[in-house]
Amino acid sequence: MATTLHNLSVGDTFARAEEFKGEKMTLNLGPSHPATHGVLRLCVELDGDMVTRCEPVVGYLHRGDEKIAENMTYNQFVPYTDRLDYLAPLANNVAYALAVEKLAGLKMPPRCEVIRVICCELARISSHLLGLGVYGMDTGAMTVFMYTFTEREKLYTLFEELTGARFTTSYTRIGGMSRDIPDGWLGRVNKFLNGVLPVIDEIDKLLTRNKIFIERTEGLGIISREDAIAYGITGPNLRASGVDMDLRKDVPYCGYENYDFEVPIGSHGDCYDRYLVRMEEMKQSVRIVRQAIERMPNGAWYCEDAKKIFAPRKDKVLTSMEELIQNFMIVTEGPQIPQGEVYFEAENPKGALGFFIHSKGGGVPYRLKIRAPSFCNLSVLSKMCLGHMLTDIPVLLGSLDFVLGECDR
Amino acid sequence: MPKQRLKNLLKRFDFLTERDSKDCSSVLVPFARHREFFEGFEREFDFNMLMDVTAIDWDQSTPRFSVLYHFYSTLGHCYLRVRVDCPNDGSPCVPTISDLWAAADWHERETYDMFGISFSKHPNLKRILMWDGYPYYPLRKDFPLAGHETDLPAADVAEETGAKVLPAPMMGGPFVAPNAGHISNSEPRAKDQSWTERSTKPTNHQ
Repeated sequence: MATTLHNLSVGDTFARAEEFKGEKMTLNLGPSHPATHGVLRLCVELDGDMVTRCEPVVGYLHRGDEKIAENMTYNQFVPYTDRLDYLAPLANNVAYALAVEKLAGLKMPPRCEVIRVICCELARISSHLLGLGVYGMDTGAMTVFMYTFTEREKLYTLFEELTGARFTTSYTRIGGMSRDIPDGWLGRVNKFLNGVLPVIDEIDKLLTRNKIFIERTEGLGIISREDAIAYGITGPNLRASGVDMDLRKDVPYCGYENYDFEVPIGSHGDCYDRYLVRMEEMKQSVRIVRQAIERMPNGAWYCEDAKKIFAPRKDKVLTSMEELIQNFMIVTEGPQIPQGEVYFEAENPKGALGFFIHSKGGGVPYRLKIRAPSFCNLSVLSKMCLGHMLTDIPVLLGSLDFVLGECDR
Repeated sequence: MPKQRLKNLLKRFDFLTERDSKDCSSVLVPFARHREFFEGFEREFDFNMLMDVTAIDWDQSTPRFSVLYHFYSTLGHCYLRVRVDCPNDGSPCVPTISDLWAAADWHERETYDMFGISFSKHPNLKRILMWDGYPYYPLRKDFPLAGHETDLPAADVAEETGAKVLPAPMMGGPFVAPNAGHISNSEPRAKDQSWTERSTKPTNHQ
């Protein structure tokens, strides 16, 4: 359509906008763009500033994790789970171990379960701290990021002490953990919890009643309850839309049914609600970790009757023949998992991380499928972005809080 | 899943077969009744969330591909696994359910991308994780772990530089011990040794 400008006066922007209405422009956002939180590419069709079509293009970080899993033993795959949602590796480790253990029919001793709960909840705090920090940046509030990253740094020091690594923790083994918690670690976790609550309050003061933040997020990117369920959205994003679904409550694992905590539920399903839900979840996680520290039982931190699955202790391997053979078999052939199918989902910081495993027996899965919450959460984007401004897209992306490492696998 | 729910399901759809499962209930739907089952299932049962769609490649056996669906009920707090075996091993095809559950859209695209199972009447069936025009289906059992040599997705770059997508060097891992056979053969070794110092790179074959 040819545009004539003859009767427009300079500065008559409204009339000019009317003039150009209906002219579509396609904009390519990403795959490397600071607002897309990773290598996400968006093909956005714009009418002026208004998004008329938005197609997310994923797969730039595809590494073929599922193919790799079919070619290695169960324990060898643990480090790969670190790299799914790399903001909460401990929670991924636990989810994967639980899936395989469910297939093997193992029940973990109480100490192991409590350690795992602490791992999951600290990972949740760490993930949400980052999510909220960058969400603040997306909406123009730089300061929040500084506060949350200081706390995350303290968490990483704790993770390093626990697992030997800051990011790629690989803490679980099939049938237990790689080691027990270090002496005095729980005390330091408690100290961290005491320190993180005031910081959460600080973020609360900075954002929750901040006029700019509210105006940028309230009523934006509403996901209706029906849509959230239809698109298979899980985690805080689903709960912000008013669906009461938390696998820790509904299908308890790791003894979550014994902890006293609440599940925050949103009412509008907009970007502001998703922020509020994450804020409250951090506080609830602190509550859970406190209870876990209080009740930390003594005893074994690995499954003692998992003879062909969990490698025996090092001191026994070096002194006893039978344990030596057992250790050799587990290392070379992998933990012996019976044949069968299992599907297990854990409530991770980003949503329900699921593992489907089909085993034909032996140490290698025949098929392992990873159900990535970020993948499902992103699929709603093409519907969610419609009718919003281009400048709102970073806010929408930030509110979904996804990780491409998990989405692309 | 509580026994009663499964009973109701099996009573309503008498063509279902119950499958052996370690965890949630699992049923097999005959291929011919696929759409009929899912339409009724969506209408009459409260498994409102489709969590996952995936497939298994059974390699040499027939039918070669099975498609698996995992459903979750946010009211009953339980899972259900539904399996369909695809006829026609050469070009497997299953009707889409993306009109019933929006989540199926991306999951089916991924299954198509990884296994080459097409979903008929899917609104936008194209590759999602691999790039458009990639000639193989990576999760099929006959696809080697190292991958095949292929053209770059960016044609102009390929023309200028002559670069190609190369198979991964498999020297050094991942190490897997073969489970069967004599003990002397079960030392851990790189499973796919298609490209080492001793043997040449795999050529383009399928």
